[in-house]
Amino acid sequence: MTLLRVNNLAIDVVRDGEDCHLVHDAHFSVDRGETVAIVGESGSGKSLTALAIMGLLGEGLSVSGGQILFEGQDLTQIGPQEHNALRGRGIAMIFQEPMTSLNPVRSIESQLTEGMRLKMGLSRRAARARALDLLNEVGISDPERRLRQFPHQLSGGMRQRVMIAIALSCEPKLILADEPTTALDVTIQAQILALTSRLCRDHGVGLVLITHNLGIVARHAQNVAVMYGGRVVERATARQLYREPQHPYTQGLLASVPRLDLPRDIPLQPVPGAPPDPMEHVPGCRFHPRCGKATEICAQKIPGFATSDGHEVACWHSGFGTPNAEDPAA
Amino acid sequence: MTFERPLLEVDDLHVSFPIRQGMLQRTVGEVRAVNGVSFSVRRGTSFGLVGESGCGKTTVARAVLKLVEPSDGVILYDGRDISRMDAAATQRFRGRVQAVFQDPFSSLNPRMSIGRIIGEPIRVHGLKPDSEVRSEVLRLLDICGLPGRFADLYPHEMSGGQRQRVGIARALAMNPELIVCDEAVSALDVSIQAQIINLLEELQKELGLTYLFIGHDLSVVRHICDDVAVMYLGRIAETAGSDELFATPRHPYTQALIDAVPNPDPDVEAGRVIEPLQGEVPSPANLPSGCLFHPRCPIATSRCRQEAPSLEKAAPAHAVACWEAGASRQAALTSSPKKTISQGAAP
Repeated sequence: MTLLRVNNLAIDVVRDGEDCHLVHDAHFSVDRGETVAIVGESGSGKSLTALAIMGLLGEGLSVSGGQILFEGQDLTQIGPQEHNALRGRGIAMIFQEPMTSLNPVRSIESQLTEGMRLKMGLSRRAARARALDLLNEVGISDPERRLRQFPHQLSGGMRQRVMIAIALSCEPKLILADEPTTALDVTIQAQILALTSRLCRDHGVGLVLITHNLGIVARHAQNVAVMYGGRVVERATARQLYREPQHPYTQGLLASVPRLDLPRDIPLQPVPGAPPDPMEHVPGCRFHPRCGKATEICAQKIPGFATSDGHEVACWHSGFGTPNAEDPAA
Repeated sequence: MTFERPLLEVDDLHVSFPIRQGMLQRTVGEVRAVNGVSFSVRRGTSFGLVGESGCGKTTVARAVLKLVEPSDGVILYDGRDISRMDAAATQRFRGRVQAVFQDPFSSLNPRMSIGRIIGEPIRVHGLKPDSEVRSEVLRLLDICGLPGRFADLYPHEMSGGQRQRVGIARALAMNPELIVCDEAVSALDVSIQAQIINLLEELQKELGLTYLFIGHDLSVVRHICDDVAVMYLGRIAETAGSDELFATPRHPYTQALIDAVPNPDPDVEAGRVIEPLQGEVPSPANLPSGCLFHPRCPIATSRCRQEAPSLEKAAPAHAVACWEAGASRQAALTSSPKKTISQGAAP
């Protein structure tokens, strides 16, 4: 059974009494021990999708359609208590900002052992012993001393290692990592990602890596979902996506990043314009106002997926033939 | 080849900040943020300073902008020592050197319209009569790819990329020669970042601008800059032309930085053997002995722990501060299949 399968997920926000779609159609799946990347720019809905899986959508936000199947159980249908039981043990999350996601007034020990005591029922002593093991495993030296310290006494890289230890503490089956290294220096970023990938592989944990960095995706992910304006617009293995990107947005992203492994004078070809405001209604394909290939149909109907060899793309003009139209209400 | 005087020459720059403690705020030590940095920037080119947080790159930029006082060393702008300029010369200098900052949210005054933000330097320096300021603002907006109606908007009404264009338009208002870009594209989304990089490059070509480009993203710095210096803990570890530096890095730190950057290509990545650099950057308040990089260096010897290497010429226009530079180059050439470009051009 697939560990996590997200189908046609829609997330709404209520503003001024009106429902507005922020995420329209997220869909992807993750297996045990596999790393799936969700790529997108700010406002593409990638973080909201992760929060919906965790059952942590904020006030005014709600799942309005689709399914989140975790080990076959639909998380959109369960109550807050069941979701709470699942967090930590079933699914854990690593957030972007290790400074704001750790509690500044509680020691590392109390934050690291909290989940183990509440969710796994470990005694204080057993939880502490496991905490020391975990700190060793994430490469923190002198763990005895670190347990007594507070977040401000740790560097950014160290704090993120603690976050990883917390995520692993209750032996989850799935970890969601939302831009886990964006705030870190490149050498620390490389350390943290190598560590996260290795631990997930060793423990057979599925990893959803949310990022805007196409290099990180290429180095760490086996499968990729590209999100734009609240929709997954392309889904493929990493190799397919980089070799034969089908969606004009994916192609634009790849042509936008300077690369160290290619000659320096290759000009960048940015996508013109800016991503849509998530609250704004765009008829048809959400990318069409920025798309060089857009035609009349793109402005009228939302493309469904055309598929070839497991590679899916939602575009009227891809190499995979013409897709069906999506139900515009979806 | 002509021997034109560089537009900017930084010679043995030191900047220290006192550490104060206690009720009387007594000075108990100092942070040596910049510790003997020298480089020069040729007119019409881009010079990049790369490094991780705390390496002193922003402090160098601030010293060049005359926003912090160096504790030692000389900064020559167009041959003149910027610390010895009188008020009038400083005023002129501030017009010729402008800055674009990282965060387009906090570097624009939220209570001023875009037209006032861009028009203010023009008025203050009296570059145009008041009646022509508006049309000058519209011209600058146009150069930076923004429609004229933006002059009446406020920063909060614009996206990050648009705001960064306003920051660039404001810098251009003074008709500068040198623009210091401090992480100017770091906070932007990928597709927007490429637009701003292209804009900076076009402006350089059209207006003959010189850039001092501060960044931490190696691929962006390599793309924009003709020459690059890699900084570590307040010192330059290695400096060379951009192509040469990235093709044949000689300092193990440069090599580690390049290794840490993942390429957007799964096949290239699958073929790379990468040992991430261990450890973290030490505190600049408590510097290591000898070579500052030795605690993290995979090839450090006992000499590295005791003596600090100076920046020595390793090839024409390529200098490196490492006792084992030859050895690390060998390692670099064997460990990484993509480093096939031969040793820099012979003189």
